[in-house]
Amino acid sequence: MTTAPTWRAWLTDPNPSSRRQARLGQAWLAWLRIRRNTLAMAGLVIVLLLLLVAALAPVLAPHDPLMQDLSRRLLPPGTPGNLLGTDDFGRDILSRIIWGSRITLYIIGLVAVTAPLLGLLIGTVAGYFGGWVDTVLMRLTDIFLAFPRLILALALVAVLGPGIENAVLAIALTAWPPYARVARAETLTVRNSDYIAAIRLQGAGAARIILGHVVPMCLPSVIIRVTLDMAGVILIAAGLGFLGLGVQPPLPEWGLMISSGRKFLFEQWWVATMPGLAIFIVSLGFNLLGDGLRDVLDPRSAGK
Amino acid sequence: MTALLDVQNLRVTFDTETGPVHAVRGVSFSLGRERLGIVGESGSGKTMTGRSVLRLIRPPGRIEADRMLFDGQDLMAAGEREMRALRGKRIGMVMQDPKYSLNPVMNVGEQLTEGLRRRDRIGRAEARDKAIAALEAVQIRSPERVMTAFPHELSGGMGQRVMIAMMLIPEPDLLIADEPTSALDVTVQAEVLSILDRLVRDRGMGLIFISHDLRLVSRFCDRVLVMFKGKIVEEVAAKNLLQAKHPYTQGLLNCLPRIGGPREPLPSLDRSGDWAKETA
Amino acid sequence: MAMIEIENLSVTFRAKGHEVRAVEGVSLSVSERESYGLVGESGSGKSTILRAICGMAPVTGGTIRIGGKALPARRDKAFSRHVQMVFQDPYASLHPRHTIDRTLAEPLAIHGIRNTDARVVKALTDVGLPPAFRFRYPHQLSGGQRQRVAIARALMLEPEILLLDEPTSALDASVQAEVLNLLDRLRAERGLTFLMVSHDLAVIDHMCDRILVMQHGRAVEELSREALAGARMQTAYARSLFDASADRLLG
Repeated sequence: MTTAPTWRAWLTDPNPSSRRQARLGQAWLAWLRIRRNTLAMAGLVIVLLLLLVAALAPVLAPHDPLMQDLSRRLLPPGTPGNLLGTDDFGRDILSRIIWGSRITLYIIGLVAVTAPLLGLLIGTVAGYFGGWVDTVLMRLTDIFLAFPRLILALALVAVLGPGIENAVLAIALTAWPPYARVARAETLTVRNSDYIAAIRLQGAGAARIILGHVVPMCLPSVIIRVTLDMAGVILIAAGLGFLGLGVQPPLPEWGLMISSGRKFLFEQWWVATMPGLAIFIVSLGFNLLGDGLRDVLDPRSAGK
Repeated sequence: MTALLDVQNLRVTFDTETGPVHAVRGVSFSLGRERLGIVGESGSGKTMTGRSVLRLIRPPGRIEADRMLFDGQDLMAAGEREMRALRGKRIGMVMQDPKYSLNPVMNVGEQLTEGLRRRDRIGRAEARDKAIAALEAVQIRSPERVMTAFPHELSGGMGQRVMIAMMLIPEPDLLIADEPTSALDVTVQAEVLSILDRLVRDRGMGLIFISHDLRLVSRFCDRVLVMFKGKIVEEVAAKNLLQAKHPYTQGLLNCLPRIGGPREPLPSLDRSGDWAKETA
Repeated sequence: MAMIEIENLSVTFRAKGHEVRAVEGVSLSVSERESYGLVGESGSGKSTILRAICGMAPVTGGTIRIGGKALPARRDKAFSRHVQMVFQDPYASLHPRHTIDRTLAEPLAIHGIRNTDARVVKALTDVGLPPAFRFRYPHQLSGGQRQRVAIARALMLEPEILLLDEPTSALDASVQAEVLNLLDRLRAERGLTFLMVSHDLAVIDHMCDRILVMQHGRAVEELSREALAGARMQTAYARSLFDASADRLLG
């Protein structure tokens, strides 16, 4: 008997014998569901490609992204040796895009971990306790929400100084309010459920209820929101890079590449367009994945 | 008596990611201008049967039948346009909870007249008159006031009466009522049922009454179909219900508590028979 | 000794200038090991009384005593070892993301009770569920099975009093019979006191010794089981309830 059927049987066992098996079984079913959605799968492929490219950058990139060769400036795409052409310093654009994916991933990875966590915490606490806790936290959220994200990020970077870490911090600090809103909305719905009443009746404290019972119900909305937000985060990082306030040259950050390619937009369009295409494709990938995840993770469609 | 509705070998299947789910497995029945009750528990397929007649099941569900004729018209072959012409106008449906089946952002008057004005192109004043007449027919005492109310302002019984009025305005030939009184209080149930009873009788309509409540259906309908796991296990005249032969029906009758009944444990349904085991 | 004593209870919900008197001046008393039923239609306040006992409704008047002692303003952990509740909707009373094992083990964890594994398995078998169901999720169980889990959960902390809020209303008739039988058996085995709410007179008659009929937040009439069976009610409302349900009897 081959091994493949047995792990499938293990995953779909109607009577799992451990919590781990139960959880993996549910994840498997969720995977089957998302597999039916072709657009979501396309998005997933793009995201996986991004991860792959970033991981294998040293292997994939044909040239050193930082090495300048002024004799080979502004060569068009299709030039032998430079598939996507070279920029105004003679650096290979393809290699810069490939290495730039690491920076992109670094930025969105950090933001994806910090901002939703902060927003989730603030939103669930505000929603669960209500009263003045809710009012204070939500007004704080409103203050952050009232500023246009890019302007606020700019201001923070201006104060903290340019550089990739500060750019990430700035973006994360502006990205959490929508998660707080989403988490609070879910918490308000969940708060009145019978299962919350039941656990309260068993003597559970607020921390256990929020972390163990409320947060798991908010996670789907937050996760979907994160994937859809990724596009926005990339663009803000690009915007900061474009304005020279985020990542500093000569790092191959995509936004920075667009900024420096601006001067040549009409004659040597590829210098700005190629990184722009990369941003477009990655943003599209995250959007499609986010839409597909919504179908899978929406608690209303699951478990009926 | 010519059959108003003739259904042969109806099958409803849902294609889920874990394989097909057979909600209705070969149901056949015919209905004249009489009252047919379809009784079953959850998962019996009774609601799906009702919805199939109106072709209200969306993918991943699919409906198949050897024959499904409404007054001679082939429902399986009808296109969406033809079904739309039938729905509401000739076949009406009353659902369980008016909270969910009435549009919460339109007031009652708008909902009652919407069908008339859009589909039948009746003018505003005439439509309004018909709506008020319909509300009076369901014994709503101040119909003008109810016309301007929103669904959330109505009590359960009132909402359900509005729902019935809405379904009866176009004067359909067949009414499918899916648990119409299950969400209502006991005393209100009796009222709403008597209204439904009178209207169906006066207009000579056919009625399919879907419910989980065997006692209710037997009191209200002429014939009863008992469904279990997508199949009909028994078909019996309502007045002969106590002499039902199938073990499931008998089990269902006996397991209900009765006021003044004995204090011993209620006889529970014996699911060991062959009828309980087949799933395909 | 009376297990539950409610005297002149009033519960009023206030929301933005709007006041709803859910319960007005209701008094009742439940003895140890007794099964007491609250019957009424929607809006009668019967479920609100259960919530008030649990500290989940704004009490604006009257007193509630459990086991002779007045209840503290905020129900403490000790309360949960005396009083537990089974909710109406089995689809909503179990956390959809927790396995049955977690749902049953959590009350033990909260109170630091050891021996979790054995207790969870015993709890499942006590309510007639196979221990193999332990790591299933609620959506993998039928309504009746979920309600059994809810009952098992309520009994994990071994309370003396069980509050039952329409425990079988959302269940099919055949399943209802099984769950009612289960509740009866558990009550006899563990000497529990039941305070049960239902809109179904037949269920209440089968399960309870004494019954309080409620309407619009007020107590209308208290009946013994014999009085109900013999149709010896005094008030018109109680009679109308009886007629609406009794005339559905067959034969």
